[in-house]
Amino acid sequence: MIKAVMVMNTQGKSRLAKFYEYLSVEKQQELIRGVFSVLCSRAENVSNFIDAESIFGLDSRLVYKHFATLYFVFVFDSSENELAVLDLIQVFVETLDKCFQNVCELDIVFNYSKIHTILDEMVFGGQVVETSSSEIMKAVEEISKLEAASNAISLIPKSASGWRSR
Amino acid sequence: MGSQGGFYQSKEFLDLVKSIGEARSKAEEDRIVLSEIETLKRRISEPDTPKRKMKEYIIRLVYVEMLGHDASFGYIHAVKMTHDDTLLVKRTGYLAVTLFLNEDHDLIILIVNTIQKDLKSDNYLVVCVALNAVCKLINEETIPAVLPQIVELLAHPKEAVRKKAIMALHRFYQKSPSSVSHLVSNFRKRLCDNDPGVMGATLCPLFDLITNDVNSYKDLVISFVSILKQVAERRLPKAYDYHQMPAPFIQIKLLKILALLGSGDKQASENMYTVVGDIFRKCDSSSNIGNAVLYECICCVSSIYPNPKLLESAADAISRFLKSDSHNLKYMGIDALGRLIKISPEIAEQHQLAVIDCLEDPDDTLKRKTFELLYKMTKSTNVEVIVDRMIDYMISINDNHYKTEIASRCVELAEQFAPSNQWFIQTMNKVFEHAGDLVNIKVAHNLMRLIAEGFGEDDNTADSQLRSSAVESYLYILGEPKLPSVFLQVICWVLGEYGTADGKYSASYITGKLCDVAEAYSNDETVKAYAVTALMKIYAFEIAAGRMVDMLPECHSLMEEFLASHSTDLQQRAYELQAVIGLDAHAVESIMPSDASCEDIEVDKALSFLNGYIQESIEKGAQPYIPESERSGMLNISNFRNQDHHEASSHGLRFEAYELPKQTVQARIPPASLASTELVPVPEPVYPRESYQTTTVPSVSSDAASTELKLRLDGVQKKWGRQTHFPSTSTSNSTSQKTVNGITQVDGSNTANSRTRETYDSRKQVEISPEKQKLAASLFGGPSKTEKKSATGHKSSKPSSHMVKSHAPKSSMEVASEKTSPVQQPPDLLDFGEPTVKSTAPSLDPFKDLEGLLEPTTQVSSAVNHSSTAAVTKSPDIMGLYTETPAGAHHKDSDILSGLSNSPMTNMVGGTTTMQVAQTSKSPNLKDSLEKDALVRQMGVTPSSQNPNLFKDLLG
Repeated sequence: MIKAVMVMNTQGKSRLAKFYEYLSVEKQQELIRGVFSVLCSRAENVSNFIDAESIFGLDSRLVYKHFATLYFVFVFDSSENELAVLDLIQVFVETLDKCFQNVCELDIVFNYSKIHTILDEMVFGGQVVETSSSEIMKAVEEISKLEAASNAISLIPKSASGWRSR
Repeated sequence: MGSQGGFYQSKEFLDLVKSIGEARSKAEEDRIVLSEIETLKRRISEPDTPKRKMKEYIIRLVYVEMLGHDASFGYIHAVKMTHDDTLLVKRTGYLAVTLFLNEDHDLIILIVNTIQKDLKSDNYLVVCVALNAVCKLINEETIPAVLPQIVELLAHPKEAVRKKAIMALHRFYQKSPSSVSHLVSNFRKRLCDNDPGVMGATLCPLFDLITNDVNSYKDLVISFVSILKQVAERRLPKAYDYHQMPAPFIQIKLLKILALLGSGDKQASENMYTVVGDIFRKCDSSSNIGNAVLYECICCVSSIYPNPKLLESAADAISRFLKSDSHNLKYMGIDALGRLIKISPEIAEQHQLAVIDCLEDPDDTLKRKTFELLYKMTKSTNVEVIVDRMIDYMISINDNHYKTEIASRCVELAEQFAPSNQWFIQTMNKVFEHAGDLVNIKVAHNLMRLIAEGFGEDDNTADSQLRSSAVESYLYILGEPKLPSVFLQVICWVLGEYGTADGKYSASYITGKLCDVAEAYSNDETVKAYAVTALMKIYAFEIAAGRMVDMLPECHSLMEEFLASHSTDLQQRAYELQAVIGLDAHAVESIMPSDASCEDIEVDKALSFLNGYIQESIEKGAQPYIPESERSGMLNISNFRNQDHHEASSHGLRFEAYELPKQTVQARIPPASLASTELVPVPEPVYPRESYQTTTVPSVSSDAASTELKLRLDGVQKKWGRQTHFPSTSTSNSTSQKTVNGITQVDGSNTANSRTRETYDSRKQVEISPEKQKLAASLFGGPSKTEKKSATGHKSSKPSSHMVKSHAPKSSMEVASEKTSPVQQPPDLLDFGEPTVKSTAPSLDPFKDLEGLLEPTTQVSSAVNHSSTAAVTKSPDIMGLYTETPAGAHHKDSDILSGLSNSPMTNMVGGTTTMQVAQTSKSPNLKDSLEKDALVRQMGVTPSSQNPNLFKDLLG
């Protein structure tokens, strides 16, 4: 299963952190720092895989991908395949790209909850549920639409909103 | 910002993000965040905050927490938001709680109800978001509260909901398998879901279920295979294509599942061969995802019951990976190689250069993976090179975690394959020196034991040489500034036992060194204790030898210090030393016999010598002994530990039986001894557990020290005993034999790459030998033996590469058997089997492929015969396995071949490779043709059609 998904920029600032097993805030920070210190010591043109056991404990692997100013990091165990996870990152980024048209770091910062929505459509409870970026997009768009609708409705008196959402 | 999602952010939030982004130091960032927290705290608790504002505050809270600050004051507000009717607000609330809370948080109770309600919502998005929360927030106790609804949702019309419901169930399974054990059939049902997404999601829980219990799911093999087939044939909607690959992620999951189901199951595996072969062919190796699928195929092939054809495809794929420029692919290639060599050890040798390149690659990840591979490939012939490399690498890194791991691997390999004890000691020294504190203490004990016991044979000179060299190396190493404690303990012990044994060093020199150690590491009590005991031994040996003992001044001062030490252990040792020095030669000789660390001390555990005494006591009214376990209220006694036990071992023991009836005992026994031993029932097991530190009681001390050591190490001992002794001899044979094959191979690749570097030579052998050994061991005792002599002569023009390949099927059989029986067997088998196997074993293969169909029974029986002759000498269980496997293998192979190949011709190709092996020793005619074929292969052309010559021979 997937243990964690992180997005951080090249300065080590965390842009997204999602852990599929509960960890305390301090522990999360520690891991993020640990990951970053490994990432920034990696040369260009080396593999995208890192042996993460020293950071995350036994049976953990880490795959990262570097896009512009961002690192996308997935941490997972032996039930996933490294190359496939690399493509999962690709799917994730492609989806973000479709969603924001030329995604950049700022999009991720400012659309924090949307990023989570997208990720939740892909990875659910630590398992990969959807790998088709168009399917993910469809789901996310639908959510946005309904959310927008419900938001508009919420301005109307409560009873009406209850009626509409049926 | 280009956000089209309509997630509104206020100016404040933008400013916050911006200022954090611009913060120049962590402190500045912290300050900004803290003031943000203050603002949020104030705002969030204001009454009548509009929902939209509230939503934004919560998002800001999440953001703040992501930056590592405590946002717990807002948790309750997030929980409240989940109760909201508005989807947007609800979703935000759920997002926040899933990020904030864990399943055991107090606030969860407030959410469970909402979740229950939301799971029933007719808005599927609400259901989805609730399911998401279920995954994260429901713990074992609350599972029953939501379980019925989740099960209902498995039939929800929306596929997104079904998918997530499955995942939620999966999560429950992970958290508490028993809670959903009655629902497992649902997973099976969902496998047939109309929606491929749901089907794909179902594979996740099934994978887990199958991992835990393969046998209950064997019936699904056919289904999985047919799904995989359909996926590979692009029957899924285009939406699932990814980079021109049909649903690669589903393929990968399926392959993983098949690997589990087919492992060690021939019948199940046979169903998979066709589809896996198809995927091998269809995979687009130019895209990353294509390679991911290929890699998974390799994993699958190496896990299921071996099939030669698939193994060949796998080997091809691996060589493509290794030749690639991409580090990722190299990494996967190395990993795959590690898997495949378990089955066909010979394939590694084709890739030696690639492996070495990876080893020298600057990429740490790749390097480590390669070390892992080498670790798997280590044999007694290459252990020196591999361990040396590992140690070099170990020294070069700072990562303690990995350092520990690699150090323990070095130790393990050295223990298993050490070519000589001397080498072993040197290697251990290096490991201790550089990673001493990371190594398990047992390793140190093992090392001491080895030095004490030597080869375990009668060769005393070799033993004493070993000790002398150990002593010498330690005296040298002591010059190093900072040594790990464990290592120092070893050094002290060895110097104490053997420092003066060969007469090369004087007692005063050694004692001087020991005093230095004790002084230099004055805050390490254990080391000091070791040093004092070592001093005592040296002095005792001196006295026993009739020489005058002349204590060095520094030793005197050291003793004075220890006599007043706070550590009672040190004090006691110092007093003992004093006492021993005062004794005459004869007494010392008997308490501290020289080189007696290996003597056994017989312990009469039944204490039979006390019988008379007991009888007497009982007659006088004492109560009989009640075993400790049957007593109540006395359990704490067993806590008595080391300190008492020395006493106990010398004289206290005999009273233990009587501790209960105190009065009578008191009457009988001299009060002095009673006082100390009264309540000490000294449970037997404690005794062996006591260790090297036992020097308290002079009469046993030196003996005790070592025997105890010995006892202690018993578990480990086997490993040592077995591995050093017989395998090292036999394996070395086999490996050298194999080198022949390897070298031919190497040369081929060398010339091909035109980079024959001197340096590679030594390493080459590293790669070469292991797989050869295994290979030859498993199959070709004979042929490889014949080539043994030429082994060192390089480039024997034999078509060895083919032989190698052809082994695949058989070796895999062997591997299977190896798994059950101890690993050491193959080499032995090899040694014995040569004469018979040579002619016979090889002939099995070809027949199997070609004619197995016609007359399988005879083949099989002959196979059995041969193998048994080979194995008889060796070990019965291998034989047993063998007798079974060949039969299986034959059928299988023939089936596959007939199934897979388009024409008998192609079959032949498969057959010929196998055949060649046999032929080397058989007919010269064939040999020629083989050589030709070999040549062709070396040129890099895989004969796609049959070699006519070969055919003739094969068909007779």
